[in-house]
Amino acid sequence: MTALASPVAPKKSSVRALRIVGLSVVALVVYLVVLWFGLYLVSGIPLEAGLPVALQQTVNALSIGAIYALIALGYTMVYGIIELINFAHGDIFMLGAFLSVVFIGGVMGQSGPVDNVPLLIFLLLGALVFTMPVIGLINVGIERAVYRPLRNAPRLAPLITAIGVSFILQNLALQIAGSGDRAAPQVFPLGWQIPFGGASISVLSIFIFVLALTLMLLLQAFVNRSRLGRAMRATAQDREASALMGVDANQTIALTFLLGGMLAAAAGVVWGLRFGFVRFDLGFNAGLKAFTAAVLGGIGNTTGAALGGFLIAFIEVFAAATGEGRWSQAIVFMVLILVLVFRPAGILGQQLGERA
Amino acid sequence: MSGRLQAIRGGGMGGLRASLRTFSGHHRSLTIIGGMAIVGAVLPILAVLPPLSVFQGQNVWVNGFANAGVFVLLAIGLNIVVGLAGLLDLGYAAFFAIGAYTYAYAASPYSGQHLPFLPMLLVGAFVAATFGVLLGAPTLRLRGDYLAIVTLGFGEIVPIVFLNANQYTNGTNGIGGIYKPEIPGIEFSLLNPWPFYVLMLVLVTTSMLLIYRLQESRVGRAWMAIREDELAAASNGINTVTTKLLAFALGASTAGFAGVFQASKLTSVDPGQFQSTVSFSILVMVVLGGMGNIWGVALGAFVVYTIQVVLLKQLNSFFESLNVPILSDINFVTYQFLLLGLALVFMMLFRPEGLFPSQRRRRELHSADTAAAEADSAAALAETV
Repeated sequence: MTALASPVAPKKSSVRALRIVGLSVVALVVYLVVLWFGLYLVSGIPLEAGLPVALQQTVNALSIGAIYALIALGYTMVYGIIELINFAHGDIFMLGAFLSVVFIGGVMGQSGPVDNVPLLIFLLLGALVFTMPVIGLINVGIERAVYRPLRNAPRLAPLITAIGVSFILQNLALQIAGSGDRAAPQVFPLGWQIPFGGASISVLSIFIFVLALTLMLLLQAFVNRSRLGRAMRATAQDREASALMGVDANQTIALTFLLGGMLAAAAGVVWGLRFGFVRFDLGFNAGLKAFTAAVLGGIGNTTGAALGGFLIAFIEVFAAATGEGRWSQAIVFMVLILVLVFRPAGILGQQLGERA
Repeated sequence: MSGRLQAIRGGGMGGLRASLRTFSGHHRSLTIIGGMAIVGAVLPILAVLPPLSVFQGQNVWVNGFANAGVFVLLAIGLNIVVGLAGLLDLGYAAFFAIGAYTYAYAASPYSGQHLPFLPMLLVGAFVAATFGVLLGAPTLRLRGDYLAIVTLGFGEIVPIVFLNANQYTNGTNGIGGIYKPEIPGIEFSLLNPWPFYVLMLVLVTTSMLLIYRLQESRVGRAWMAIREDELAAASNGINTVTTKLLAFALGASTAGFAGVFQASKLTSVDPGQFQSTVSFSILVMVVLGGMGNIWGVALGAFVVYTIQVVLLKQLNSFFESLNVPILSDINFVTYQFLLLGLALVFMMLFRPEGLFPSQRRRRELHSADTAAAEADSAAALAETV
């Protein structure tokens, strides 16, 4: 709903919320139709057979998009507040995915579907409650150790440092977990599908979507309504002026890293559930796509990050569904380059002047 | 003048150093040629002396040095972009790939062409520069860190295209059987690394000369002005977009140049050789060596490459042969990115100007410290008064 750095919190407005929901539904229907005809035109799937496929893929896109959106929020908040592309954020997500596997598979000893609903709920909540604070605090620790001393250094210095941190995290995961895929327990029973219009919607994808939406709304409420959220917005807008007003910049920046890390950890938990594997270099691609999402939506803007996450997933799923999946990565980066060239402020961002 | 004064005062070794410094200050091109000649002569000798000869034979070392030379070329090319103009390019390997594939198309059974090597060096550089301009022209007006991401994206796209467009590029297997360099009077073969070594020395020396002269020219000063303060540079009449574009294109052309050599030496190219890890390794070389200082960067590239490719592997077999209990179980090669990452972080935290900094860059990066120190001393002064 807002750029992190926008001066005032938007007024509470149910009309506004309704409009956003309405627009989202329209966008989904448009995507569904585009995908339906895309399937017909690109891969020659007849129209009557294509609709269920398109529906299925739209649901897929929504759950993948939710993961990207959660990661993208961490990029956009950190960029909004200290103008750093936190290169290591994708690897923070990867750590979250690993930690979730450690909890569900290692601590709780689950390796397959869990039919017992209370146990399942306990597992999911436990994984989130366990990984989110740990990963958030790791992110804060990294900020404290290496980014804070460089806060007034030339711009390239923290960015290069973040690349270094990314290498270190990846390599630690490589040393601990090895270079191959590690199985992540898929605790949702495969049979839990809801038939809908010829497609079947898994309970898992509903869970992912609802979880992401809940976290995003909580974040939005926190940033817009709480005292600390106000401090975050003030710091993003003008760090010196807000410091003069008594906002502790260090604490606020640490809080931003904490929130970003927690959201990335949640994304990591659902990644494991959805894709069934984790690997040390998971964070690189997911991080790049999430960053693209943040830029596409307008970096520094939390709503934009969410929007961008879903758009990237839509593009990717479109490529995969029409049988050109091997190009999806290249298409995503083409989109990134084109956005940066033609609308560097992103879809929802304000056009800022160049700040060197 | 001051050098001569010091020489008189210091005498002995200090005097020799001072007069060498004076000489290199006055005859920079000669210094590069002389310096590279000495390096070129000393390296093969070092290879037969104890610390190095323990690991592998002289010819293997010389072959390794020739390969390291490719990365020295890449690093001094990236240094134009990152070190001199202050633009972070994270997809540099893409231009390397473009150069290599250009030569692969020009001289291999796959394309049925057999164009001569030496002109192709220039063509490869030109093709890479063209792509550099195509990418740079629309994106160089962006903020610095956005440029980093655009180049990172480009660096990802290029290998994907070479991988997926398999009807033109032979996909994941790449193009093999590329013809080796052909220079009249010299025979290049896979068994004899020496001609490659000498050719590499010539290429590195030439590139260093050209880049050094550029760096000391009006263009070089414009790059450094942009790096230090883009706004101030623009207000002083520097066309920042074309100047940055020139840096970007020259950096890309050096990578293209290196790519042609690499393709002709390895006689095959495939997308796997140009992954983003290559770009990051080159960046580490530049950062470690000292952004902006051409000798520092060259040395950084040489050291990092040798550690990555030779030392870590040799450590494995070394400890295995000695049967040291814990150390022989460690696969050192898998730690290379941990080392690179630690190097990046610690360099940025403690010595951002690199191990062998250029004077100007050091001053720029420590300007905050000196300002703070001055403020401190001023405060101390005020207190005493």
